Amino acid sequence: MSTAIGIDPDQKFAQYAHPERLVSTQWLAEHLGEPGLVVVESDEDVLLYETGHIAGAVKIDWHTELNDPVTRDYVDGAGFAELLSRKGIDRDDTVVIYGDKSNWWAAYALWVFTLFGHADVRLLDGGRAKWLAEERETTREVPTPAATEYPVVTREDAAIRAFLPDVREHLGADRSGRPLIDVRSPAEYSGERTHMPDYPEEGALRGGHIPGAASVPWAKAANSDGTFRSADELRALYEKEQGLAPGDDVIVYCRIGERSSHTWFVLVHLLGFDRVRNYDGSWTEWGNAVRVPIAVGNERGSSSA
Amino acid sequence: MTTELVPLPAGLAQIAEEFAELAPSDRLLLLLEFSDGLPALPAALAEHPELLEPVPECQSPIFLATEVDGTGPTATVSLFFSAPPEAPTTRGFAGILHEGLDGRPASEIVAVPADFPLRLSLTDAVSPLRLRGLSGMLSRIQRQVHRRAQLGQLG
Repeated sequence: MSTAIGIDPDQKFAQYAHPERLVSTQWLAEHLGEPGLVVVESDEDVLLYETGHIAGAVKIDWHTELNDPVTRDYVDGAGFAELLSRKGIDRDDTVVIYGDKSNWWAAYALWVFTLFGHADVRLLDGGRAKWLAEERETTREVPTPAATEYPVVTREDAAIRAFLPDVREHLGADRSGRPLIDVRSPAEYSGERTHMPDYPEEGALRGGHIPGAASVPWAKAANSDGTFRSADELRALYEKEQGLAPGDDVIVYCRIGERSSHTWFVLVHLLGFDRVRNYDGSWTEWGNAVRVPIAVGNERGSSSA
Repeated sequence: MTTELVPLPAGLAQIAEEFAELAPSDRLLLLLEFSDGLPALPAALAEHPELLEPVPECQSPIFLATEVDGTGPTATVSLFFSAPPEAPTTRGFAGILHEGLDGRPASEIVAVPADFPLRLSLTDAVSPLRLRGLSGMLSRIQRQVHRRAQLGQLG
């Protein structure tokens, strides 16, 4: 990890397993412009950055930049190197990502950066909404950073990304220590609906959840201002209430993998779980796949597949 | 082989041309102009949100309303939109429809082809999924206008 940029000594963060993964709005305001620090905005709304962003921040869009334009997959090593070079990001830079919607897409971008092993990548606690609520400065001026030469790094999916066959295997006879977490809204979990309230139908033919999955909506990990809940609150939720243990082999999913990136961040970086995979195919894959088991209703359902 | 496209009404055709003439990287900035320029709701509607129809195809909350002056194909249509500043893409789509269609006759509005959103040269900049929001707005406007102007059976 880069040592050029220090960590935010905020007391709240000190209670997390990896305090170096979060920065506060105050810390960021004080460190803006330091060499070796790049701020990235990543939003659901593709035009939000253009309406005003943190000074010097570059934009990375999930749909148009992190996804492969043809295959349903992320960009490859060459594509990521090209993207980050164009954004002026070096391999050893400290990257702070923030965004709208309680940092869903920021967490998603951070997770993709992690697929490529970018060492020092952090989230801004509270994201874009908190920065604006505090009436901190924004600008419409788009920076033109000098291109860097980000190396071509092979994407390593195995450790933090699950594919459909991995999830099927996860459903095997012995489920102990192999929890599956569905972070969607209760109505999506039960099968009443296949997409978020107020969101477009994104084409899942079947409703419900993966059998055996526990329902833990992502929002339980966030305060109303979009910041993460305290370490004690998060432990109470995931470890006491849900019975997860930091050594568990966990798979999280949602609809397309963005909300589950938020939960992935919480489990890995805030609670110190060391084996958490995000199933980015999520419900838009599982709910369309032929002959995969599906449970409906509020019960977890049988896990035999 | 070229497929014959249904022509766009003049207002929308001009907007589509403006987008097409720009470098891809500048197209979002034109969308931002439409977003910034979307007129606020008139007081009468702002006080009566129940008169507005939600558009669930959009990822962000947007509401729209139509007013038709009279009936029949030549009746003039007024369009109203409400979307928050944190949803600039949706506001931009609304701004395009407002500039292109507000004050136009009912017949022109119901004749806008459903593939209009794909003809804005925005597919790469915005993504096809996000463009669905614009389709959702357009189809709701057309349905309302069809009914209010009493244009008869839907084709």
